[in-house]
Amino acid sequence: MEFQDGEAEVIRAEVDGVLQRHGLERENLIPILQDIQSRLGYLPKEAMQQISEALKIPEVDVYSVGTFYNQFRLNPPGKHQIKVCMGTACHMMGGHIILESFERRLEIKEGETTSDREFSLERVACVGCCALAPVVVVDEKVEAKVSPIRVDGILLAFEIESKKSEEIEKPVEEEGRTQ
Amino acid sequence: MRAPEGEKLLWVALDNGIYIPHLCGLREAERPAASCRLCFVEVEGLPNPVTACTLPVSEGMLVHTRTPRVDRLVRTGFELLLSNHRLRCGKCEKNKNCELQKIARERGLKLRLSRLRPLISEVPVDESPKTFKYDPGRCVLCGRCVWVDHHQAKVGAIGFIRRGISRKIAAFGDVPLAESRCTECGECVKVCPVGALAFKEK
Repeated sequence: MEFQDGEAEVIRAEVDGVLQRHGLERENLIPILQDIQSRLGYLPKEAMQQISEALKIPEVDVYSVGTFYNQFRLNPPGKHQIKVCMGTACHMMGGHIILESFERRLEIKEGETTSDREFSLERVACVGCCALAPVVVVDEKVEAKVSPIRVDGILLAFEIESKKSEEIEKPVEEEGRTQ
Repeated sequence: MRAPEGEKLLWVALDNGIYIPHLCGLREAERPAASCRLCFVEVEGLPNPVTACTLPVSEGMLVHTRTPRVDRLVRTGFELLLSNHRLRCGKCEKNKNCELQKIARERGLKLRLSRLRPLISEVPVDESPKTFKYDPGRCVLCGRCVWVDHHQAKVGAIGFIRRGISRKIAAFGDVPLAESRCTECGECVKVCPVGALAFKEK
């Protein structure tokens, strides 16, 4: 994952801050990781390396814990978060087909984020509306009875929206130049 | 039978020529991983079978290494390990020198699945190191390589990553070993009980 300007510095500073609030013993690893995730939204590799140096444990041990627990994510959350339900009902109604459609369309795997950070894709357990299976939650919006065609529709809507907002931004820029 | 105080039952038995199946145990390790679940024995006075690698010996201890309950636990544990292990012994570097083959021979178990379906990870073999390779499809996740890497070689290059069926041994960031801090000392390969970590043939 490519860093944007200043991002590496932000990560370093946040991790420094978190490490100061915790004892540097191995048993504090999970609370440290939780703190970092709540601040940054994910666990960057650079942060895990910094933690391993501070706790004097091999970096692979930090990675091991970070990959074991579902609560930790290793990729930054996208601007739009797509959660595909893999509960029993959604599974039976073809939830994995929907997940695959997203993977194909976005060219990422489950748990990853697109390189422009527009979308992140994850699987979730039951979201609590099994009658609407298969369900996808896009940001906060519940999409019911999703089909691969609807997957295209959801992504197309975002495409159109981002084009519109670009068009709105452009005249503002031009105005700025004329002044 | 005489033994040093505090020595674990598994090593005392092996030193005295009594075979107990084991994969994950390392004599040097202070805290046994006890993850392979194959070294079960029954001790008189204890209600349930116990893992021999975690039990320190004591005065007057009476141990049975083969009882119906022990055999049942070992048979099931062994088949569970096999269900996740690519069984192509003829093509394996460790053929005839493999702990799984030894356990099967000693306990009269079959190197074949009878009750379970195979579920072998299709993760590619890591051929990147110059002298050895890592095949996750053969790995039994005993953790001996990880312990040796951390405590004897003191490199800290490899560890367990992920969970459940996708659990495997890998370096930080799941990069090929040659791109990690691995020094290719080969200590981990020497302790691998199966053909997961194997030296490349010259």
